[in-house]
Amino acid sequence: MSSRPRPVPSPTTQPFWDATAQQVLLFQRCTACGHAQSYPRPTCTACAATSLDWEPASGAATLHTFTVARRATHPAFDGTEPYVVAIVELAEGPRVTGNVVGCDVDDVRVGMPLELVWDDAGEDGLRLPLWAPA
Amino acid sequence: MRGWAAVTGVAERKPARWTDGETTLDMLSTIGVAAIADAGLQLDDVDGLLCHPMGGVPMLVPSTIGEALGLHVTYAGSVDLGGATGAGMVWRAAAAIQAGQARAVLCLTAARRQRRTPGQARPRGQSLGRDTSPWAEFEVPFGNVGANVGYAMIANRYLHEHHATPEQLAKIAVHQRDNACRNPDAWFYGQAITVDDVLASPMVADPLHLLEIVMPSAGAAALVVVHPDLAADAGHAAWLLGAGECITHKTITYAPSLTETAIRPAADRAFAQAGVTRQQVGLASLYDCYTITVLVTLEEAGFCERGAGGAFVDEHDLRSDGDFPLNTHGGQLSFSQPGMAGGMSHVTEAVRQVQGRGGERQVGDLDVAFVNGNGGIMSEECALVLGVEP
Repeated sequence: MSSRPRPVPSPTTQPFWDATAQQVLLFQRCTACGHAQSYPRPTCTACAATSLDWEPASGAATLHTFTVARRATHPAFDGTEPYVVAIVELAEGPRVTGNVVGCDVDDVRVGMPLELVWDDAGEDGLRLPLWAPA
Repeated sequence: MRGWAAVTGVAERKPARWTDGETTLDMLSTIGVAAIADAGLQLDDVDGLLCHPMGGVPMLVPSTIGEALGLHVTYAGSVDLGGATGAGMVWRAAAAIQAGQARAVLCLTAARRQRRTPGQARPRGQSLGRDTSPWAEFEVPFGNVGANVGYAMIANRYLHEHHATPEQLAKIAVHQRDNACRNPDAWFYGQAITVDDVLASPMVADPLHLLEIVMPSAGAAALVVVHPDLAADAGHAAWLLGAGECITHKTITYAPSLTETAIRPAADRAFAQAGVTRQQVGLASLYDCYTITVLVTLEEAGFCERGAGGAFVDEHDLRSDGDFPLNTHGGQLSFSQPGMAGGMSHVTEAVRQVQGRGGERQVGDLDVAFVNGNGGIMSEECALVLGVEP
């Protein structure tokens, strides 16, 4: 069972979190201009359109940048340090915040290819998307 | 904006590690009257008030402070730009003065810091409060909380795209500490450090060492921004020559770029309004929550080419008597960071220096100072150009 802080979905973000239970990572695609974005918002950040479709991400990604947190950044992470906090660029374009897991923190490098893995489900049934070296 | 207003009154409290029960409101009141006196004005002369969101006063902050001080103002507001709040206040005050809405605007910043009782949870970021912003939903579950990891990710991206050495970054902290040793109000006054000290300090969030990170403190700082007609009353004035501001994101993940920042358009506008060049700047007062912030700001504010920040630091003496005086009060890295008064410390120092009141660390032949305020994770940027003459 995941002990991480839990997201509290809003009506706009509910489909995103519901999909995580099925281990599907969604992002939004603007029906007007084709812009891809994440996290979910009610409007397109490129053209202000209000019509956005959901698309599943392939799970392929690149590590845009990261840090190794040598000290816990939140009480829920106490005792789990060192851990990697990262900005991950999806193959489809949007950048998302995440964690790189499944390797030594000292082996993490900017630009490394990543693949989507899933945290254990929480009591709420939702899962958090995580990233491992591809 | 040039000639619209001048900063006359300055007051700043020496930072402390803790406050013992004193309220933020009381800290604001005492620093406020000191700044009014420094401006050569009476309470009744102040007709504008700018403040910032603060704990303990959930809303209606300006009227709460105004009532406590006994002010009758015709212009008031709360500025919510994180570390750029102090700089943001100055041009807002000037704009209000130019618009005829006020003639003397009091700008207040303060932070209290209460000692925790044993066993009490350590508050980190905004994580323990109820927060319904995207930050709570898409950052906190991944531990992207607080500024350390955000700026560390900027640093690692910078080092991927450009070249800078740990020694170059450390030199920023070392020279600023030397400056702090000429400022008795700096927390780390009298505690010189070396590059080796910086690099031997514990790694907190790679690649940031402890001595590359500001220490939080309690403190307060205030300015009085006045109409040109009142500028002579104080006997010392720093003129606002230009200002620029840019905000593009809250969380760094969603910034258009981690290395091509909002600092650049803000600085470009400030210099254009001022009609001065980078070469005319005799003091750079650059927000320095981390060493990497200074390195990136040197480039983005146009003092050197993008990617050349490390070499620039190598080539220059950053001390108050050096060839590129930088953060002569010690910067927050050595002054400490008393909340919003930490960002304001870059403004107060530039104002004092331009007014010729820099004391032992006075920069010689100073005509123009540049200030950069920076909030959040390089999310709120506000640049000011201040000068001796309007």
